[in-house]
Amino acid sequence: MAEPDPLTPPSDSLIADEAMALGEALPVVSALGVDETFYEKADNRWLEMWRSMVANKAALVSMFFIVFLAIVAIVGPYVTPYNPIETNMSNALKAPSAAHWFGTDQLGMDVFSRVVVGTRVSLTVGLLAVSIALTIGIALGAVSGYAGGRTDTIVMRLMDMMLAVPSILLAITLMAALGKGIDKAVVAIGLVSIPEYARLVRGQILSIKQNDYVAAARLAGNSDFRIIFRHVLPVAMSVIIVRATLGISAAILDTAALGFLGMGVQPPQAEWGDMLGRARGFIFQAPHTLLFPGLAITLTVLAFNLVGDGMRDALDPKSRIR
Amino acid sequence: MTEPLLSIRHLSKHFPVDTDLLGRTTSVLKAVDDLSLDIYPGETFGLVGESGCGKTTVGKMLVNLYRPTSGEILYGGRDLAKLTTSERRAYHREIQLIFQDPYSSLNPRMTVGDIVSEPIRVNRLLPPDKVDDRVSYLLNCVGLSANCKNRYAHEFSGGQRQRIGIARALAMEPKLIVCDEPVSALDVSIQAQVLNLLSDLSDQFGLTYLFIAHGLNVVKHVSDRVGVMYLGRLVEVAEKRELYRNPVHPYTKALLSAIPVTNPAHRRERILLEGTVASPIDPPPGCRFCSRCYAKPEGAGGCDSEMPELVEVSPGHFVSCHLFAAEEGDQEMRALHEEAR
Repeated sequence: MAEPDPLTPPSDSLIADEAMALGEALPVVSALGVDETFYEKADNRWLEMWRSMVANKAALVSMFFIVFLAIVAIVGPYVTPYNPIETNMSNALKAPSAAHWFGTDQLGMDVFSRVVVGTRVSLTVGLLAVSIALTIGIALGAVSGYAGGRTDTIVMRLMDMMLAVPSILLAITLMAALGKGIDKAVVAIGLVSIPEYARLVRGQILSIKQNDYVAAARLAGNSDFRIIFRHVLPVAMSVIIVRATLGISAAILDTAALGFLGMGVQPPQAEWGDMLGRARGFIFQAPHTLLFPGLAITLTVLAFNLVGDGMRDALDPKSRIR
Repeated sequence: MTEPLLSIRHLSKHFPVDTDLLGRTTSVLKAVDDLSLDIYPGETFGLVGESGCGKTTVGKMLVNLYRPTSGEILYGGRDLAKLTTSERRAYHREIQLIFQDPYSSLNPRMTVGDIVSEPIRVNRLLPPDKVDDRVSYLLNCVGLSANCKNRYAHEFSGGQRQRIGIARALAMEPKLIVCDEPVSALDVSIQAQVLNLLSDLSDQFGLTYLFIAHGLNVVKHVSDRVGVMYLGRLVEVAEKRELYRNPVHPYTKALLSAIPVTNPAHRRERILLEGTVASPIDPPPGCRFCSRCYAKPEGAGGCDSEMPELVEVSPGHFVSCHLFAAEEGDQEMRALHEEAR
C-alpha cells in the first residue's frame, strides 16, 4: 500500500465525498418569479402570506365581513332603531317591514336591533373562549411536548379523556355545575376546547424540538422556559393562529347551541342562539324570527372558517395561491 | 507533556431500543462503547468514522446534550456528571458545539444579531451596551460584515450560515469547540474556506478543537492527532502524520486507501471492504470489525470472540486489534490510551 503524503495541499485532500453539493442556497423567492430586490428587504414570510390572502377572494371578502362585524359589535348597541329589550305585545310576530326591517318576535321586540346587539355577545364569546382555550392549551401542549416522558403521557391521556366526550355535552355538564349565564358559557366553551389546542401545540413542539437551533439554545445557557417561549413557540405560532381563527367560529357555534338550550345569556338580553331557541315555536307562523339570527350565525361562522382556510393556505408554501 | 484539557474515560452511551412489558430494557443500541481519549490544550483532535459509528454521540455527550450511560468526562480533573450547578455553567461556557447542518442550526425567526448575541445576553458576559460591538467584532472574525445583524438566517448561503454558527459558538468565549462535521453539508469550494477559518480562529482565540468528520481527507487538513472510530469503539489513535504514514488497523488502512489521489503516479491499491457493518444493536462479542476484516487470521482466532484492547504500538500510536495485541505481548496492554509522557 502506497503511503499517503500528509502534506498534500488541502485542495487535493478536500474531496467531494464530504460535500453533499448543497451549494450556495438560491434566494427562495426567485423561484416565485417575483421581484427579488423588493423581497430582500421585507420579512417576506408575512408579505407573501398577505399577498396570498388577497389573491384568495373568499378569504378577502370574509375578512371585510369580519371587520364589518367588529364595527357593528362596537357601535351597534348605540345605533339600533329600537331598544332591543323593549317588549310590545300588541306588535308581536310582525313580518319584516320598513319600520321593522327584520320584523318583530313573539314579544314584539325588534329582531334587527336584537341581531345587531347580539353581534357583540357572539364575537366577544368567540374571542374570549378561544383565548382561554389557547392560553391553557398552549401551556399544556408546550410542557407536554417539551418535557416528554411521563409528564407527556399524563397530560395527553387527560386530554384524550376530554376528547372522548362530545364537546357540547361536556360544555353542558360544565354549565350545569357552573350555573347559567354568558360568562359561565365562555368558561365552559373555553375549557372544553383546550384538548384541541394542547394536541396541536404538542405536535408542533415535538417536531420543532428536533431542530439543531433548539440544542444550540440550550448550549447558550437558556432555561427551558426561555427555550420554549423564545425559540420553539414563535416558530409554531403561525399554525396556532390558523387553528385559533377556525376555533373562533366553533366557539360562536357552541355559544349559539348553549343559547338555544337556554343556558347562555339570560332574557331579555339578546343573543343569536337564544333568539333561535325562544322563537322555535313560531317557525311556521313567523319564520323571519328564526331566519335572521340563523343567518347571522351562519355568515359569521362561514366568514371565520374561510379566513382560517385562507390563512392556512397562505402559510403553506405548497398550496399558496400566486 | 502538558495536562489534557479534557479526558474521556470508558465513556459509553447505550440507547434502549426495545423494552419488555415491565419497561425493562431488552435490547440496547451501543452507540458509543467504552471509549477513552485525551484532548490536549491547543490541539485539534480529529475523530473519524463512517456514518452511525457514534462520533456525533461522543460530541453531544461532551456538550451535555446527551447524558453518558457510563464512564467519565473529566474537565480540569473533575467529572462532568459530578459538577455543581455553577461549575456546570462554567463548563458549558467553555465547551461549545458547531453543528453539522447549517440549515437547522439557526432559528428562522431570529435575526443574525439576536442569534450571535444571545449567548452573551443570557450569560451576562458583557454589559448590555457593549454587546452590540462584540457581535460586530465576532461577525468580522468569521468573515461576515457587521451589517448582517438585522438580517434573517434564510437570507444567507450554507457557508455563510455555518460562519454565523461559528460566531455564535465563539460568543461564549469557549476553550474547546466540538465541530460536528462542520463542512460535510457544504460545497467543496466552501469547505476549504470554512476549514481555513476554523484554523485561523484557533490561533486567534487559542481554541482547542474536537473535529468530527466521516472521511480522513478533511481531518487530514485540520488535525494534529486523529482517532478512528468503528461501531462505537476507538480502533486507532495516532498523531496525524504517523497515522497517514503508518496505519496499522485494517480499517484505517481501508479508509486511507479510499482517499482519491490527484497524482496518477501516486495511485495506490484500493482496499475494498466486503461484508456488512455489524449491527450496533446487541453487538456480538469480539472485534466489531471482524465481519469485514480482510486481515484476520485463518479461523478468525480470537477476533470473533474477544474484544481487542487498545495497545500502544509505537509512542503515541494506539491500536485496537488482535494482530498487534498478539505481537506486542502483554506488557503492552497498558491502561487505556495513556499517552507516553
